[in-house]
Amino acid sequence: MKSLAKHREIWLGLAIIAVIILVTLRFPRFSQPGNLLTIFNDTSILMMLALGQMAVILTRSIDLSMAANLALTGMIAAMLNAAYPAIPIPLIMALCVVIGGLLGAFNGVLVWKLNIPPIVVTLGTLTIFRGLVFVISGGAWVNAAQMSPDFIGLQRAVVLGLPVLSWIAIVVAILFFLLMTRTPLGRSLYAIGVNPTASVYTGINVGLTKFMAFVLAGAVSGLCGYLWISRYVIASVQVASGYELTIVAACVIGGISIAGGIGTVAGALLGALFLGVINNALPVINISPFWQMAISGTAILLAVILNARGERRKGRVILKTAEVAHV
Amino acid sequence: MSDVKAGRQLPNRLDNPLKSTLLSWESLLVLVAVAIFIFNSYSSPYFLNEWSLSDLTFNFTEKALIALAMALLIISGEIDLSVAAIIALASTMMGLALQYGADTSVLVAVGVGVGLLCGAFNGFLVTGLKLPSIVVTIGTMSLFRGISYIILGDKSFGNYPASFGWFGQGYVWWVISFELVLFLVFAVIYFVLLHRTNFGRRVFAIGNNDVAAQFSGVRVDRIKFILFCLTGLMSGIAAVLLTARLGSTRPSIAQGFELEAITMVVLGGVSILGGAGSIVGVVLAALIMGLVTFGLGLLNVPGIVMSIFIGGLLITVIALPILFRMWRQRA
Repeated sequence: MKSLAKHREIWLGLAIIAVIILVTLRFPRFSQPGNLLTIFNDTSILMMLALGQMAVILTRSIDLSMAANLALTGMIAAMLNAAYPAIPIPLIMALCVVIGGLLGAFNGVLVWKLNIPPIVVTLGTLTIFRGLVFVISGGAWVNAAQMSPDFIGLQRAVVLGLPVLSWIAIVVAILFFLLMTRTPLGRSLYAIGVNPTASVYTGINVGLTKFMAFVLAGAVSGLCGYLWISRYVIASVQVASGYELTIVAACVIGGISIAGGIGTVAGALLGALFLGVINNALPVINISPFWQMAISGTAILLAVILNARGERRKGRVILKTAEVAHV
Repeated sequence: MSDVKAGRQLPNRLDNPLKSTLLSWESLLVLVAVAIFIFNSYSSPYFLNEWSLSDLTFNFTEKALIALAMALLIISGEIDLSVAAIIALASTMMGLALQYGADTSVLVAVGVGVGLLCGAFNGFLVTGLKLPSIVVTIGTMSLFRGISYIILGDKSFGNYPASFGWFGQGYVWWVISFELVLFLVFAVIYFVLLHRTNFGRRVFAIGNNDVAAQFSGVRVDRIKFILFCLTGLMSGIAAVLLTARLGSTRPSIAQGFELEAITMVVLGGVSILGGAGSIVGVVLAALIMGLVTFGLGLLNVPGIVMSIFIGGLLITVIALPILFRMWRQRA
């Protein structure tokens, strides 16, 4: 299974390189380092979100509320900044992580304590969070003029040749890599996905671990809330609407098994990067952006079909809750 | 802690028929519906009026038509997230057919046909290639809507003939709309199909344990394929109704319908884990969602805020029986 997963990431990496080479054949400027870094920067937010979603999917759950969480946290950050420009941006970022984490914890508690299937919980909180964005903003937008220069400028500042946004993504990726491979929590996430019943008997608290996965996904969504708003300099109810499934798509392309237990940090990053490269390549080779959706849809289907062999045995396990033993 | 599936076990109706009926999921939904109805009639003077109540039905009929088929699909343990995209594609194709001078009957055939084909495509990917339906339909969701965007771009198709518009705006008898009648007819059909036929029993069997069903001689893949086709078909029908009601086609049509249809199904007491549920519950849930959105609309609550109530309702209604059982076990 390990070699299969490894193969998958190599193939995905090759596919990304192939797309880049094909586009470069017609437009040499596409593969210039500056442009590649731009693509990386453009994809940073999706990469982080995919990592958060991966933690949840590994445990046989799914979080459909991430984009709504992002919109809500982003709106709070933007309104705070508009009202009190003096609050330092790092503090706002920390606050976003906390708020996002709390929203994730709400999902997590419902899954953990009430044993409601994650897809139902997050379907509900998806609409609740979106509605709350409207309630707190009154339907109004927060635009660039209302945001402080620091709020907008921080992630654009270039450090060692890379924008801060890219650096944040790199740091988050490293943290996730350490979490997944070097900590008991990371091992528990995988263990639950592979076999929830056995995990209970090895002393893993299945419910608590799922709760932690949701908190993690929420915290990442919150962080990305600030980053998204300050990147596109508009906060509205519509922010990232429908994006929840793009995040899942990036995970699926990255070889993270929707049946739980299988997936790597590199896979999630490459899956997001694949979508990012395609989206950046389309306008360059003069394909109208209207093709974007159809092409990413095809990419998702191809990725799933290629991945089918590994997942065949458990097609619909994502809809099942882990069998929690009676303690 | 008891798991969710055990909680949805039907009470033994032979023991105490009256008590089990009163404690069923459907009675809870009736209670919720009546409460909202009473709240609505007190909160707005414009609610208790035959035309208001008729308008109310437009809030849910199109989504509820899909929810009927989706209920069977979810009971069988699968899911279809592409239904809204199917509406978009079917609607786009109808618009395209209109540009070539198609008349009303052809338009309807195109809409329903495209829906059926899309459903068959989903069904083939899931049963033929043995892929997980949640991922397949996330993919086809982008694919179907993407094709609509490719065809339409930033344009829209309009100028549908008046006879076509009747499907979404016409009244069969006084205030009873064609959409409502169609929904009621299909509700009866799906009720009979799920609760009174061998096919329906097999759907439940597959949802409870598809391996056991396979070994008992149920053609699991064929039935799942049919269920995907049915969901596609209902989406095609919904596309006809919605397009006729709006009188135009845009690629962004029916955005978010998939989640609302699934919310109806889950609110209706269908277990998202498969194997349990009833059509009566889904019809009641559709009515409740219609009542909530329409009642809040009369109070000038914006659509996006209604989503808080729908989401809250979904979680509360699901959580209540679980909390009640936990409380009873502790006492």
